[in-house]
Amino acid sequence: MTAFFNEMYHGADVRLPYAHLEDWLRSMPVELRSLKQAEAEALFRRIGITFAVYGEGGDPDRLIPFDMFPRVFSATEWSRLERGIKQRARALNAFLVDVYGRGEIMRAGRIPARLVYENEAYEKAVAGIVPPKGVYSHIVGIDLVRTGPDEFFVLEDNCRTPSGVSYMLENREIMMRMFPELFRENRIEPVDIYPEKLRRTLASVAPAKCEGEPTVVILTPGHFNSAYYEHSFLADLMGVELVEGQDLFVDGAYVYMRTTEGPRRVDVIYRRIDDAYIDPLCFRPDSMLGVAGLMDVYRSGGVAICSAPGAGVADDKAVYTYVPEMIRFYLGEEPILNNVPTWQCGKADDLKYVLEHLPELVVKEVHGSGGYGMLVGPKSDHAQVAAFRAKIIENPGNYIAQPTLALSAVPTFVEEGVAPRHVDLRPYCLVGERVELVPGGLTRVALKDGSLVVNSSQGGGVKDTWVLAE
Amino acid sequence: MLLRVDHVTRYHYDRPVRSVVQSHRLTPSVFQGQRVIDWEVTVSDGRRGAEFRDGAGDVIQGWTVAGPVNEIVVTVRGAVETQDLAGVLKRHRETVSPDCYLRATGPTRTDKALSELARSVDAADPLALAHALSDCVADAISYRPGVTHAHTTAAEALALGEGVCQDHAHALIAVARAREMPGRYVSGYLHATEDGTLHEAAHAWAEVYVAGLGWVGFDPANRCCPDERYIRLGSGFDAQDAAPIRGIARGGAQEELDVSLAVLAGQQ
Repeated sequence: MTAFFNEMYHGADVRLPYAHLEDWLRSMPVELRSLKQAEAEALFRRIGITFAVYGEGGDPDRLIPFDMFPRVFSATEWSRLERGIKQRARALNAFLVDVYGRGEIMRAGRIPARLVYENEAYEKAVAGIVPPKGVYSHIVGIDLVRTGPDEFFVLEDNCRTPSGVSYMLENREIMMRMFPELFRENRIEPVDIYPEKLRRTLASVAPAKCEGEPTVVILTPGHFNSAYYEHSFLADLMGVELVEGQDLFVDGAYVYMRTTEGPRRVDVIYRRIDDAYIDPLCFRPDSMLGVAGLMDVYRSGGVAICSAPGAGVADDKAVYTYVPEMIRFYLGEEPILNNVPTWQCGKADDLKYVLEHLPELVVKEVHGSGGYGMLVGPKSDHAQVAAFRAKIIENPGNYIAQPTLALSAVPTFVEEGVAPRHVDLRPYCLVGERVELVPGGLTRVALKDGSLVVNSSQGGGVKDTWVLAE
Repeated sequence: MLLRVDHVTRYHYDRPVRSVVQSHRLTPSVFQGQRVIDWEVTVSDGRRGAEFRDGAGDVIQGWTVAGPVNEIVVTVRGAVETQDLAGVLKRHRETVSPDCYLRATGPTRTDKALSELARSVDAADPLALAHALSDCVADAISYRPGVTHAHTTAAEALALGEGVCQDHAHALIAVARAREMPGRYVSGYLHATEDGTLHEAAHAWAEVYVAGLGWVGFDPANRCCPDERYIRLGSGFDAQDAAPIRGIARGGAQEELDVSLAVLAGQQ
């Protein structure tokens, strides 16, 4: 990888959003920096935020490295991103309502019907069900990369229960505590309104049968889950109960929570459990994590589930290719954010191209995640490429390929001083009665020199993400 | 034909259970082939829960029993006026796309033998092909109770060459899919025939989606299409997905099941 976009420096010039940071950097001697870094680490350890992002596996108690050098967007840059993200979140939800309804987009021949209906993530059980306010995906995590001043690409959409938002909040908290002067010199948009906005979003999709103020809960698989910290953190900040399957039960046509004052009816469940486990009566009968009968209550309009069961069909990697089509079809708009050009190995022509250009491409499994089971062509040797080629030929439908993008880089504290490292971005778009986006997100950084893999399981870290006020 | 159903399912537990939840698909489907005269489902000590029609057109009714109880009795009583539509599911309102049923589940997955069986027949049009597939399943798996169990797959039943209506239905779904035709599992009741070929009155068969005609029922176990002797309750990918009663009880007790069922021809 030779040329890439440096978000701070344009040649010798400092790009405007980073103007104040150069002085800050200069004013910080090496000793102070390592002191601060140690302080940050101690703070993270004390809060106990050690989970692996995005269900990547690996050691659950490992601290994800926090890099103190922030990533900055100008108000203008953000405003375009914001429009693009909201547009995408709207289209994805329109798609979900459609595929569980009349399936117009397939009838119109804009998306192959089989890609949707034969998809593992398509839930027949919710066909014909319209969730409250017509929203399936209430928190849409959209993974973005940047390759130039105005070039952003969407890597993937996460429509189920994207994790990592606690990092967005904690990174900010820690930066403010350690460098209060930075927040005086720069006019940085706050992100701490996220929990309140999330609570309002969840309350706004309470079912019509809800009486009075909606009762919202977070349903967690339990403390063994790698993201348990985030579940309890969000419950705390929103002032709602954190429950496990055993704390909920169905009585008649409603779901109740066991409390010390007796059963209390629940209206909205923000679940951090996969579809397959939420109701042993409807899905996996061996599930101990869910609530028996929950799906019947949901389908008869007695409770809202966020994200709604079945939302996963919109973030499938093969369906991803069609999101620009969804934007045109449902919204009648041109996509503001681009998809990464994607070859589907299941298609003969695409497969031919992919096999001929393997050393230049990134190849991913359709249902894979966390940077596992993928090939980064330019970073792999002949043997690795050959081994991957065999895997693709064996089951082409299981793979998609994309060009290796020159991800933008942001200055990052490394052993030798400060050096550019590649980054991505996950903003969290909220969809309820309104579509809202907190100005910020989670920036992940590939800490290894030259690495393009930002996953924490593969040596990635996180940064605070700033959006400057106008 | 007027059919009267008297169906009692008794769950007996060796120690008290609590928080029993059931989801029923025990209401006759709404389509031209059947008209409900009267129908009632009750659950002992039960509280009636969620009720709705799902995307496949089935009436789903939830029940809960707070307990503690040692026994739960589910009683289905009613009368349905049926008519012979040669298996065609006419005027059945549903939103699920037939393409959805091209997906394999555990019991309906095809193996080499099922694929070969599917290719062993040929026909001029899709309807004739569906008939041929149903016949070849009936030929390949003879009716014999007791050799297969609730979790036997279509592939296993074919290898055995024997099975019951559940195995026939799973096998037909598998071979239909192998020929790119959506297939699904149907549960219902069957009025026992007078000529001695008695099958379980709690019956199951399959439906195959025939382009231009819609869903058509096939009962390989009886080598026919569902007619006025059949009452259709609901459908699914496979037996588990289409089960008339699904339930779960807290308490870890041993469950004993006792079913009595009569489907009789009645006079109005």
